[in-house]
Amino acid sequence: MADGQVAELLLRRLEASDGGLDSAELAAELGMEHQAVVGAVKSLQALGEVIEAELRSTKHWELTAEGEEIAREGSHEARVFRSIPPEGLAQSELMVDSMEDEVQRRLQLVRGGQAEKLGEKERSELRKRKLLAEVTLKTYWVSKGSAFSTSISKQETELSPEMISSGSWRDRPFKPYNFLAHGVLPDSGHLHPLLKVRSQFRQIFLEMGFTEMPTDNFIESSFWNFDALFQPQQHPARDQHDTFFLRDPAEALQLPMDYVQRVKRTHSQGGYGSQGYKYNWKLDEARKNLLRTHTTSASARALYRLAQKKPFTPVKYFSIDRVFRNETLDATHLAEFHQIEGVVADHGLTLGHLMGVLREFFTKLGITQLRFKPAYNPYTEPSMEVFSYHQGLKKWVEVGNSGVFRPEMLLPMGLPENVSVIAWGLSLERPTMIKYGINNIRELVGHKVNLQMVYDSPLCRLDAEPRPPPTQEAA
Amino acid sequence: MPTVSVKRDLLFQALGRTYTDEEFDELCFEFGLELDEITSEKEIISKEQGNVKAAGASGVVLYKIDVPANRYDLLCLEGLVRGLQVFKERIKAPVYKRVMPDGKIQKLIITEETAKIRPFAVAAVLRNIKFTKDRYDSFIELQEKLHQNICRKRALVAIGTHDLDTLSGPFTYTAKRPSDIKFKPLNKTKEYTACELMNIYKTDNHLKHYLHIIENKPLYPVIYDSNGAVLSMPPIINGDHSRITVNTRNIFIECTGTDFTKAKIVLDIIVTMFSEYCENQFTVEAAEVVFPNGKSHTFPELAYRKEMVRADLINKKVGIRETPENLAKLLTRMYLKSEVIGDGNQIEIEIPPTRADIIHACDIVEDAAIAYGYNNIQMTLPKTYTIANQFPLNKLTELLRHDMAAAGFTEALTFALCSQEDIADKLGVDISATKAVHISNPKTAEFQVARTTLLPGLLKTIAANRKMPLPLKLFEISDIVIKDSNTDVGAKNYRHLCAVYYNKNPGFEIIHGLLDRIMQLLDVPPGEDKGGYVIKASEGPAFFPGRCAEIFARGQSVGKLGVLHPDVITKFELTMPCSSLEINIGPFL
Repeated sequence: MADGQVAELLLRRLEASDGGLDSAELAAELGMEHQAVVGAVKSLQALGEVIEAELRSTKHWELTAEGEEIAREGSHEARVFRSIPPEGLAQSELMVDSMEDEVQRRLQLVRGGQAEKLGEKERSELRKRKLLAEVTLKTYWVSKGSAFSTSISKQETELSPEMISSGSWRDRPFKPYNFLAHGVLPDSGHLHPLLKVRSQFRQIFLEMGFTEMPTDNFIESSFWNFDALFQPQQHPARDQHDTFFLRDPAEALQLPMDYVQRVKRTHSQGGYGSQGYKYNWKLDEARKNLLRTHTTSASARALYRLAQKKPFTPVKYFSIDRVFRNETLDATHLAEFHQIEGVVADHGLTLGHLMGVLREFFTKLGITQLRFKPAYNPYTEPSMEVFSYHQGLKKWVEVGNSGVFRPEMLLPMGLPENVSVIAWGLSLERPTMIKYGINNIRELVGHKVNLQMVYDSPLCRLDAEPRPPPTQEAA
Repeated sequence: MPTVSVKRDLLFQALGRTYTDEEFDELCFEFGLELDEITSEKEIISKEQGNVKAAGASGVVLYKIDVPANRYDLLCLEGLVRGLQVFKERIKAPVYKRVMPDGKIQKLIITEETAKIRPFAVAAVLRNIKFTKDRYDSFIELQEKLHQNICRKRALVAIGTHDLDTLSGPFTYTAKRPSDIKFKPLNKTKEYTACELMNIYKTDNHLKHYLHIIENKPLYPVIYDSNGAVLSMPPIINGDHSRITVNTRNIFIECTGTDFTKAKIVLDIIVTMFSEYCENQFTVEAAEVVFPNGKSHTFPELAYRKEMVRADLINKKVGIRETPENLAKLLTRMYLKSEVIGDGNQIEIEIPPTRADIIHACDIVEDAAIAYGYNNIQMTLPKTYTIANQFPLNKLTELLRHDMAAAGFTEALTFALCSQEDIADKLGVDISATKAVHISNPKTAEFQVARTTLLPGLLKTIAANRKMPLPLKLFEISDIVIKDSNTDVGAKNYRHLCAVYYNKNPGFEIIHGLLDRIMQLLDVPPGEDKGGYVIKASEGPAFFPGRCAEIFARGQSVGKLGVLHPDVITKFELTMPCSSLEINIGPFL
């Protein structure tokens, strides 16, 4: 019998029934497989509100194949007994002359649907002998739905070009969509979340009128990375433990020697109003090549170029690029990360200006509550760490570092004395990890990235309210 | 940033009042310190070694305070308290005095043998000091903090402090063959030669870090008294003979080093901090140091320097409008005694020996701003008018990466540093042919070289994501580094675009199609002439024979594309065919 016929039968029975019917009972009455009735129930369900079907499960006892055999033929023992000819064998001294086949009787009871007449103990004994098994039967209790009707016509699944041209769509019923199902995601490429955040930071700087500095030189001399920034040669950052130095090419080939002399003098003897550090400054140390430890080396190069242009013109610069540290790695630290840096050079800039620029910058990131803490950086004075109030952690967290470049850095470059340069920096990884809720940096940066995370990551809108963190159940 | 650990109650007692944790945290923030952690000895041990070991340890509350790296005067309880009390105007900054002794001055004679190893030494005496257990501990701890910071783990300066009453001057600072130095060091019960000591300390968790400073030198520095008792073998260990205890009354301090300026600063810091406990408070007895050239100098210097800064300069740099008198008051609170002089706009500032960090007027400006309160400064926007420009290479990169994603490829972000194996062996290339820059001090093989190609990073990304459904289509636009003697540093970055297709079939046509799309985006027409592009059969060790082509665009070779060699696929722990494309985008600017 085809699906449709069973369904029609079912609907007719349902119409006549008082309230509803059970799928298993119906199958028994119609003398067909229960599965066929279940199929009809499901196809009717797909039509919408024609019927309502409630899944029920019942347990009952059934005979196993061996049990069936015994119910039919008698127990093994009984069969042995019966196979003994009446005249007897040598074993006629078996001393059995008649027997009751109790096992057969019990199994027949079960087959007759009267398993409940057996005691718990008897059933479990038969079950242990693998003659009986408890079976769970899933049946449907079917009742009339709100759109009950005994006549059903086949529903169309999709609109086709033919239906449109013939107009047959007007008379055809269409199968309803399940709007709870997920759609099929488009085949597409995806941008990396960290670089999406990088794009947003570039955008913010450009909106604020900052020009991008060239930073496409991972290899830098110690001179530009440290000495030009008035960072003394014995500074711990210049230690092998903190910085990657190069074996090949080990040394910078060219340095601007006039400027180098002024830097040397400022470190070793002072000048430009400074006491200097008063130590034996060595050119060899300045020549040592390294992987830049900050993009401030690129800022120093940019400011030096600016100083060579006369007359001085005010600038606003920014950069976002990789920097390298020979550090111990953990869940939040890698040997390379991205540094974001902003620089403003103009006559008469004040600490208040620095704070004002920072306020605008962080407002664009959606961070409005700022606080400034005195700090120490070798190449800025005054220096200030920027803290913002974190609503989730309920405390002030550091979001960046900033300051006014020291005259000992700027004046040897040749910048005019009344020009101040304010600057600030932060890492790209930290705001990205916070933005996308990533705890282990390796899942974000490097080849161990979780590509599924890349596929699934939303747009980066830094000033938009972040999605509330998942609750315990959702996680 | 150095962290100083002080007992909270001791700190409050010295400050003359108590604070809640929040109040003290606030005070620190304002002053430029950071209350990093509130803990106890018990908690520290329990965290590091478990509760069992912590049983019986002290539960006294400790404040761990982060101190700016240039404020050596705040590295102990004594200095912190003095700094904060002056800041809060509860005390006036003490004046440190150097005095000549009643009797003979202590002399330290430097011999010329020290010139090659550790040429400088300075010394001073603290007379009639009165230690308690806490003061003594602080004295030892300050030396340790100085050693770790300004002394650069004893390489630049090493401090020795001695019970003067066990010694008899004059002292000689010389350098001798290690086998000729023999003494009983601190915490040992018998004498050893310097050679033996260096061996013993190889397994000493604390001292083993300093051995390298003198280890391979023919002569070791050593200080003797006039009876031949060894005071110290700097920068390793002091002699047991002159060890100080909580009962020591007269202390001889010597600092030896390779940096004279820093040795003088270190000595100044120790004596200014602990002369507080001398019978004549803040008074230090001078010692004479005779240099190999016969000249003699008296230490500690305890120099006070005068600086002149105009009030309007401070106002202009900070962005405030304070009267000269107010500014002088603010500076005085920062331990810089100041007064208005001359035309009423000049401020004369006295830099005490504790503030070696003040080397320029900008340092004075900062202190005025701190005392004014950073968060009280009016925020304003500079009037700097500028037109923004993008760096052309980054602008092109930004445009391209969006269209690469639109072409169905997903962006990877891989490391610029990798192993030699990644860029050479695994690609079937000899390392010398890569022209890679080599790192001299990598901690692991992952940081041996800067990458010369983006391909290994992308293949490693696939290897780490093999569970993802196929095909995997990845790209990256980022810099690689090649040695180049035409640049000032001898190396140059190139902006590369790399893409890979990883599937059950090699998909050369897909990678080839991607190239065609990229050229379309870059407005480079197909064909060899008119600045077009063409691919020509080529070969390369990374590619399957006959499945590699070189890409020529605008008259130059810009890269290669092809099906990767099965050996390459296997070496990157991959199992499927893979095709790739890598070009330099610099020529398309």
